[in-house]
Amino acid sequence: MVAAVAMIAFFAPEDADQGLSQKIFYFHVPIALTAYACFGWGAWKALLHLWKRRPGADLESYVAVHQGVIFGALTLVTGSIWAKISWGVWWAWSSNQLVLFLVLFLFYAAYFMLRFSVEPGPRRANLSAVYALFGVALIPVSFLAIRLANDFIHPTVFTSHGPQMSGRMFATFCVSWAAMLLLVGTLYHVELAGKRLDSRLRELRELLA
Amino acid sequence: MIRARAVEKRYGDERVLRGIDLDVERGGFAVVTGANGSGKTTLLRLVVGLAQPTAGELEVGVPRGRLGFLAHEPLVYRELTALENLDLYGRLYRVPERRERIGMLLERFRLWEARRQRVGSFSRGMLQRLALCRAFLHEPDLYVLDEPFTALDAEGAEVLDRELAERRERGTFLVATHAPARFDSLATAQMALVR
Amino acid sequence: MSYLSDVAALARKDLRLELRARDTLPAMLLFVISTLVVFHFTLPQGGSRLAAFGLLWVALVFTALLGLTRCFAAEREGEVLDGLVLAPSDRSAIWLGKAIAMLVFLVAAEAVALPAFALFFDPGIDGRTLLGVALADLGICTVGTLLAGMAAASRARELLLPLLFLPLAIPIVIGGVGTSVAGGGRYVELLVLYDAIFAIICWASFEYVVTE
Repeated sequence: MVAAVAMIAFFAPEDADQGLSQKIFYFHVPIALTAYACFGWGAWKALLHLWKRRPGADLESYVAVHQGVIFGALTLVTGSIWAKISWGVWWAWSSNQLVLFLVLFLFYAAYFMLRFSVEPGPRRANLSAVYALFGVALIPVSFLAIRLANDFIHPTVFTSHGPQMSGRMFATFCVSWAAMLLLVGTLYHVELAGKRLDSRLRELRELLA
Repeated sequence: MIRARAVEKRYGDERVLRGIDLDVERGGFAVVTGANGSGKTTLLRLVVGLAQPTAGELEVGVPRGRLGFLAHEPLVYRELTALENLDLYGRLYRVPERRERIGMLLERFRLWEARRQRVGSFSRGMLQRLALCRAFLHEPDLYVLDEPFTALDAEGAEVLDRELAERRERGTFLVATHAPARFDSLATAQMALVR
Repeated sequence: MSYLSDVAALARKDLRLELRARDTLPAMLLFVISTLVVFHFTLPQGGSRLAAFGLLWVALVFTALLGLTRCFAAEREGEVLDGLVLAPSDRSAIWLGKAIAMLVFLVAAEAVALPAFALFFDPGIDGRTLLGVALADLGICTVGTLLAGMAAASRARELLLPLLFLPLAIPIVIGGVGTSVAGGGRYVELLVLYDAIFAIICWASFEYVVTE
């Protein structure tokens, strides 16, 4: 996985016609898409927990949301860098994607506040799951809202869409995205395994007590 | 009616119940004893469905509406009157002839005079009697009572004794107490919880 | 239908509780007026129309938050929520009854806040704003009541509710200010969309907020 990511860093410069800002694009957008994927996965696991009472789904949902927040934070950072490079400012309210991620970041940060203020147990799992479902509903609604908001806050527009992509750029983009997904997949499994180990250790300690 | 196998309940890292087996057949009267903190209340909450076991199987053969639960707390609104509280529960439990039934219970538990008083002004004994009214209002099939004689004076205890004796045939009972001797004449089974 | 009568009984209970205790609504009224006065001093001279409406919406959202914090207070007092959850009625009825009561309180607070706003600040309250407020109220009460239920189950309670509520309130505020300032059906549509989606989610998921 790490190899795939490294490949991006070296493959991408081949398309560096537009300069550094272009390379950030290969990180920023895949990272953003990956964050969405994490939140979606987290919501899916949350649904499984609530609907099918699948044991372990709560932990999987939590780890997915956690990864999503990490990648969300990275989206904000890379987005900010891109904004600085493209437009000379560290933050642009007119960038719909950035603002959306800010709102989502706040939302999912509150997920952790919620989770850590409730005793571990089925109740906490239920609350977290419901909240995670709220999150995915919020994503499209927020997106629409922010887009509308920019109409009356910032009539002048910096487009934050990526440039039209040529074949090679598109290929690089896809590879980059695939690498990001692989990366998040690895992190997800690593963290999940770690948390499961923790809980197993705790169980064993209990049995011995 | 109640069947528990190897039931366990954990709150965070603390294991409150472990390896609980329980069988209460229809019409039975089971008494659960144990010191404070031994998990009696937790067990009752599991049976009633307010909590889920972290391990083991628990089957309760009664739907929610046929369960009468007397909790540690009276589960009534302090700012409402006794009548208003019972009326609310009467509606939620779809009690037929609600007003009559409420009147009758309030009378039996000696709360009729206080029926329009704010519950917040009730004494502990009155609260307990109101809580009993609430638990008995819908004539449940399964009575789950957590220390029912708490805070009752001699008169209140007498009323409760009479109510229990009357309802004995029509219902199944699971009672937590630290004075099991009270229930000797009624009980069919006893179980002790150790911390 | 017994579901609706359950909801009615529960809503009536909440309204009656407030009538007896008389703490939440007066606090909301006082809070919203005080906030508007504070805003007068924070708003720069010759501020835009947009800024004034923005402040109205901030005031409304935070007043609602104040009310929502007290939402499950009566139930917390005696663990009464256990009693309601145990009843054979649908758990979502608890949410709906409370949300309706909350809506009544919010509308009552706005009945004072909106005229006050019209009095203190330049832009008038017109039909568009009222529509926006009405739709926003629905969103605030549905989502807010459920989140209040979540916060009630946590240790952090009053601290947690604003954190949970504010991100979700952002689309509402955007829709609300939009209808006031820019008019146009799109903001109304946004609010309707928000209300519909989140009402359904709240209705379906409240069961899980109050049970294990």
